Amino acid sequence: MTENKNEVLKETEVKHTYDAGEYDVIVVGAGHAGSEAALAAARMGQKTLLLTISLEMVAFMPCNPSVGGPAKGTVVREIDALGGEMGKNIDKTYIQMRMLNTGKGPAVQALRAQADKHAYHQEMKNTIEKEPNLDLRQAIVDDLLVKDHKAEGVVTNTGATYHSKTVVMATGTSARGQIYIGELRYSSGPNNSLPSIKLSKNLEKKGFNLERFKTGTPPRINGNTINYAETEEQPGDAQPRHFSYTTPYSDYLSVSDQVSCWLTYTNPKTHSLIRDNLDRSPLFNGIIDGIGPRYCPSLEDKVVRFADKDRHQVFLEPEGRGNDEWYVDGMSNSMPEEIQQEMLHSVKGLENAQMMRPGYAIEYDIITPQQMKPSMESKLVEGLFTAGQTNGTSGYEEAAGQGLIAGINAARKVQNKDPLILKRSDAYIGVLLDDLVTKGTNEPYRLLTSRAEYRLLLRNDNADMRLTPIGHEIGLISDERYAEFEKKRQAVEDEIKRLESLRIKPSDKINQFVESHGDKPLQDGILAAQFLRRPYVDYDKLLEFIPATENKLDPRVIEQVSIRVKYAGYIKKEEAKVAKMKRMESKKIPENIDYDAIDGIATEGKQKLKEIQPQTIAQASRISGVNPSDIAILGVYIQQGKIAKTK
Amino acid sequence: MTLITTDYDTIAAVSTPAGVGGISIVRISGSDALKIAQKIYRGKQLDQVTTDTINYGHIIDPANDNSEVDEVMVSVMRAPKTYTKEDIIEINCHGGIQVTNKVLQIVLRNGARMAEPGEFTKRAFLNGRIDLSQSEAVMDLIDAKTDEARKAALNQLDGNLSAVIKKLRQKIVDLLANVEVNIDYPEYDGAEEVTSKLMLERAREIKTDINHLLDTAQQGKVLRDGLNTAIVGRPNVGKSSLLNRLLHEEKAIVTDVPGTTRDVLDEYVNVAGVPLHLVDTAGIRDTEDKVEKIGVGRSRDAIKQSDLVLLVLNANEPLTDEDRELLDLTQNNKRIILLNKTDLDEHLDITELKQNYGASEIIKTSAIAENGTKSLEDTISKLFFTKGIASTQNDVMVTNARHISLLQQALDSVQTVIDGVESGLPVDIAQIDLHSAWDYLGEITGDSYDDELMDQLFEKFCIGK
Repeated sequence: MTENKNEVLKETEVKHTYDAGEYDVIVVGAGHAGSEAALAAARMGQKTLLLTISLEMVAFMPCNPSVGGPAKGTVVREIDALGGEMGKNIDKTYIQMRMLNTGKGPAVQALRAQADKHAYHQEMKNTIEKEPNLDLRQAIVDDLLVKDHKAEGVVTNTGATYHSKTVVMATGTSARGQIYIGELRYSSGPNNSLPSIKLSKNLEKKGFNLERFKTGTPPRINGNTINYAETEEQPGDAQPRHFSYTTPYSDYLSVSDQVSCWLTYTNPKTHSLIRDNLDRSPLFNGIIDGIGPRYCPSLEDKVVRFADKDRHQVFLEPEGRGNDEWYVDGMSNSMPEEIQQEMLHSVKGLENAQMMRPGYAIEYDIITPQQMKPSMESKLVEGLFTAGQTNGTSGYEEAAGQGLIAGINAARKVQNKDPLILKRSDAYIGVLLDDLVTKGTNEPYRLLTSRAEYRLLLRNDNADMRLTPIGHEIGLISDERYAEFEKKRQAVEDEIKRLESLRIKPSDKINQFVESHGDKPLQDGILAAQFLRRPYVDYDKLLEFIPATENKLDPRVIEQVSIRVKYAGYIKKEEAKVAKMKRMESKKIPENIDYDAIDGIATEGKQKLKEIQPQTIAQASRISGVNPSDIAILGVYIQQGKIAKTK
Repeated sequence: MTLITTDYDTIAAVSTPAGVGGISIVRISGSDALKIAQKIYRGKQLDQVTTDTINYGHIIDPANDNSEVDEVMVSVMRAPKTYTKEDIIEINCHGGIQVTNKVLQIVLRNGARMAEPGEFTKRAFLNGRIDLSQSEAVMDLIDAKTDEARKAALNQLDGNLSAVIKKLRQKIVDLLANVEVNIDYPEYDGAEEVTSKLMLERAREIKTDINHLLDTAQQGKVLRDGLNTAIVGRPNVGKSSLLNRLLHEEKAIVTDVPGTTRDVLDEYVNVAGVPLHLVDTAGIRDTEDKVEKIGVGRSRDAIKQSDLVLLVLNANEPLTDEDRELLDLTQNNKRIILLNKTDLDEHLDITELKQNYGASEIIKTSAIAENGTKSLEDTISKLFFTKGIASTQNDVMVTNARHISLLQQALDSVQTVIDGVESGLPVDIAQIDLHSAWDYLGEITGDSYDDELMDQLFEKFCIGK
């Protein structure tokens, strides 16, 4: 019988395949990228199939249970403005909401929510299940069908062959995923789900260039065993705010209905535990050679690289309501299980904490993103789109943003329409995609506000102004919602116009106020808009000196008006820069250009240009290794080509 | 921040240094060069002549009944084997500066655009003839009029300037990265919060640094372009002999050769490595030769154009009304007072001169006669170079017009940061201009690699999950 037992443990393969159906769009992977891609394609009228290794993992959060934050929060608003799902989904399932950077300027304020991770998953799964045009199935995709460099469908491990016009690949960290906990190493997707093994190999055979990336997650502990008295409370905001432009204020949870986070710190004892056992960390004993993110270092990294710091912050984050599992933000590591337990116990407030799951490091395959076009379509295989961690990014929001665009463009491909390409000046999503396709990334890519050169234009408050017209045009924003948006837009324009023509006359009242802020009293009248530009004046204050509007304005309208009036000078300056860049964007590089034929471009520049195949001079100028003289020569070459043609 | 050739229109400029030499050249480059030249030239059919030939003829003014403007030689050089790799026409004018300017005006009116400074070389670079660093140094070498200026140009090639700029950029990027980490990781406690106060403090430091570089630029400009220098004084005070003395110094690099030109050219003398560009030397000769009634009026124009005024007074006579008028006129100029005829009895009240006219730089011309221009050199150094000229060899000095304008833009940006923060703008908005300053400086060294900021962020701060 023992022989038989071994027989049972041996994996087998299905030899026969069967025809399982035909679709317009197939999405592989139902994480944050896949979910958005599938919903977008289906809502745009395409017959869509969404395949996931595990139905329990749909829109699952295998790492931190939160959505948003600087740059990322703006992405969620952008997704919402374009007609995506993430904003609505988190608005339905958050347990805490906070606006970060409120003491700073409007461009960098950032909404962040703590999510009930199980509710988030369940809600998204239900939305997908209810979507007409969209089939959700559990399956492991083993191969991509390609004919004449065109994607034709996928084959699963059960032998199902699905045919389609386009395929979106969003496999996340499942692709040849490998988990590390101390000396332990095993094949696995995130959170102990099944890994995808064969697909990577088959993609490599088709000529794709894959790389190994690494990320990690901290241990989870039982909330009942935390000594909260030893930690600092971080409650949510009282002022109602949501991610989606459509969520009514009345849905907002009161502070008492929200769940707090708690702050504590590591200490020298924690650090020496790590140092003493560094040889058992796969990150440091050379077992892991994947590239980890610099901005999201494991605790081992922090202790080694910043040896002079005697403490690091640890945020305790709830993973849901009625769920006692807590996420220990700041202690991501891949030490052996027993060391992790000891490390936790060394931290104030966690002396008796019971570890429920150890932290781990995970290595996985990415498809290097320079292999895709700005439309997210593969340069190698027509009709194939890649999105999310597959492209080397990190973060749910980055994934969702990519998924949305990949889904939109897969659908548009089926519809024979031009792809939607957001520019760096349109959206953070545009910045993200442009960075990926022009620069690639040598670590899991995270969006930061500093990656955006026009961040005063890419604010979280105006994502609808920037993108909802686009969302409407491509068919993801209903006429009804668009009409609502138009009303808001008009209200903003009208109020700005009013403030720019309304004159405030000097009075004792206003001069008293002005002088109380150390300013000179008004001699002549002043335009309301000009007055609002003074740092100590806000819109509510302004209303004390001017007539009120006919109808009370929505706070979101007031927010827009205030920002646009107060920072008008800076906004104008950035818009001028955008106009300049757009001129460069309009200089298209012919697709069949022969870089070898251009004299004067340096060898490195030529190599990079050939690899990236930039579509415009502006994009070419952003490639590292391509220097200004290369660009100038390229510009001249194209110009000369044009002149030659017209002559 | 990338150089992009936008237009390929035809450009023109006088390509010989103003006032140097008897022949000046108007150069035209671009696809319309031949066409434009033909319109304003009477002689052969230029589109028929062989390339690389020089052709005799006349420049005519189509706007003025095709009247003859100058007798010229026209060089025809066809693309691509030219300096810019475009069609080039060079008009060799013989008629002096005024006529050359006239010819240029006619060229511009007939379809060319005035070239920006260095644009011919820029095109040579854009078309793959030379690389960026070469082109900038070439520009300055073309313009370097003296050894001192050439040293400054060479120094810049060595990368001294780029080292200083890089240090300055590092200072800015430190601050930028700090602001960024505050924004992107608002809860992270390992980074100092850049407050308005801190931002102001740092921005002011950066401003001082840029100003310091611009001061050297002032010196660099002086070295390269020379100082417009007016010699003024009432008639018969000895301006002419001073001029001759200066010109007869062996360092004189250019002199006018009367008779070969219809207009008087300007003259340069080299004092302490600084080219002094003497303004209106003809006026001096006129006024000294004939008894002149409009002396002060003419001086007034010369003073207006000059960076340095050499005011000549007669030491053996008390100050006259005319002297006082000139002293008043030059009150706000950098000036050196030269006391002439000190070998005779001194009747001039130097105390009055010092008290009433704040005259601090006074030299006796007899000293120049005895010891050459040494005393003049020292005084010029004092007036224009805080550290003295000798040190410029090792110090960084900005001499290139593009660099100066970029520094100026960087300075303006930093000033906007300061103004913004002072008026209560949030740090992250004021920072936009700090970023611009960083970009402008990067354009000087050719680094505008944004990932620098990212690298800085992750190297310095321990941020993350």
